Amino acid sequence: MRCVWLCSLNEKVMRISREEIPIYDSAQRRSHAIFELREALKYRYLIQELVRRDVLTRYKRSFLGIAWTMLNPLGMMLVWTIVFSQVFKTSSITGYAAYVLSGMLAWNFFSQSTTAAMVNLVWGGGLLNRIYIPRASFALAAIGTGLVNLSIGVIPLCIVMLFTGVPINISIIFLPVPMLLLACFSLGMGLIISTSAVYFPDVAEMYQIVLAAWMFLTPVMYPPEVLPAAYRFWILHLNPMYYLVQLFRIPVYYGRFPTWAELIPAILISTVALVFGWWFFSNKADEFAYRI
Amino acid sequence: MNLLTEYKPAVNLPQSPESPEDVIRLENVSVRYRVPSERIGTFKEYMIRRIQGKIQHHVFWALKDVSLTVKKGEVFGLVGQNGAGKSTLLKLVARVLRPTEGKVWVKGRVAPLLEVGAGFHPELTGRENIFLNGAMLGFTRQEMEEKFQRIVDFSELKDFIDAPLRTYSSGMYARLGFSVAIDAEPEILIVDEILSVGDEAFQRKSSARLQTIRGQGVTILLVSHSMATIENMCQRASLLSHGSLVALGDPVEVIQAYRQLQAR
Repeated sequence: MRCVWLCSLNEKVMRISREEIPIYDSAQRRSHAIFELREALKYRYLIQELVRRDVLTRYKRSFLGIAWTMLNPLGMMLVWTIVFSQVFKTSSITGYAAYVLSGMLAWNFFSQSTTAAMVNLVWGGGLLNRIYIPRASFALAAIGTGLVNLSIGVIPLCIVMLFTGVPINISIIFLPVPMLLLACFSLGMGLIISTSAVYFPDVAEMYQIVLAAWMFLTPVMYPPEVLPAAYRFWILHLNPMYYLVQLFRIPVYYGRFPTWAELIPAILISTVALVFGWWFFSNKADEFAYRI
Repeated sequence: MNLLTEYKPAVNLPQSPESPEDVIRLENVSVRYRVPSERIGTFKEYMIRRIQGKIQHHVFWALKDVSLTVKKGEVFGLVGQNGAGKSTLLKLVARVLRPTEGKVWVKGRVAPLLEVGAGFHPELTGRENIFLNGAMLGFTRQEMEEKFQRIVDFSELKDFIDAPLRTYSSGMYARLGFSVAIDAEPEILIVDEILSVGDEAFQRKSSARLQTIRGQGVTILLVSHSMATIENMCQRASLLSHGSLVALGDPVEVIQAYRQLQAR
């Protein structure tokens, strides 16, 4: 035994050729936002590993495992379909189940990934106090995990579409674009929310209520037409998630490519959210260690 | 028992002919925590008070005007009572905290050995945790694949490597964490009072490994409440008290100063 590790020590002494030595100087720094971006790129393997960890551990002890990523939205869709079509009698649209599921996938991605970004930073932040990792890693990993779940969720969506007679068109190849825009918007929002939650823990509780209200203001489970005509325009067009949920639905549920008028607002919204969120977060990030 | 006390260093230290270069420089470093005197939980309350100018902070200086340099290959000890600012100083060097005032300059990769296994996940296997922890230390997948076998061999946990970490004993947990951190090949290793992990054999092995690493020119920053460890391991030490540097230099003298401080 003793010999084994002694040998490994010797071998270790041999290989001490190193690449360039990094220098850290607390007084020297350029833009926070660019610095944070560069660090996140450097630590991309960490973000990848964090995503892996989240995806693997979420259902690790459950019997059905990763299948829950698909069963979860399916079950929720079933509940909402029954509630809305039976109780509220709103099954005016064909393939209502597919309508609900497509909206829910987009919405759940947003709500879950932003919540995860916040929770990871606030509760997992102890790690930031012990070892240097780019502060945005948690938010980036939350979005990555969300994207994995969302991509898997497209499978049950296609199955439901087949069953409910909604045709699957070639336009489905456009789906990565709305997914990417959703990811940008969610990352921006997630960064803003997590920064606020570090300073005001109450934000974490409040956000869940905001999310619930926001979801009911977004046509996720009902068609936009059920909104009272007087307010419909304002409720929809002041709501960034309306554009993003619709853009996600268009290539799958509606089976067509979006028009520029549908695409451009979504691009603008997600770019602004991402740029502002990243800037806000990276400017405050140095203070986190003083607060968490 | 403390494993570090068993080894007498300073006997054959690798001394380069010219004076070794600095790897850590703290220049007039201060760290100020602002603790609100009352808890302000909600945003609304905060805004109201902010407008009224009624936010009162209790200012707490965790470090006050500390200046010191650590040379390459040195084992530098930090002593002081609880809350003296030792951990804050380590956080500065580890880049976790930025100083409120002053400048921190560090040359080289820093690997913290504080609270071994802080980033471990109990549901993941030992193998997966090695990769995850390595990623946290800034390594890429290829680098970790290269290190993996060595880490497993050193930890002596080969038979358990594919079992989830929640099935590990606390000793095994610590061994895995130590093995990953020690394999990080840092230029600077931060050791925060955690060396009493594992059984005696593993402690001896870890200690030997630390000695080897030192021989390779790695700088070690050591925090310990064991004066024997400080005396035996360190070339130089410093004493912190209420955030200020009160003694710096020969470990024996620093320990004396510390004892006087405590007797007071």
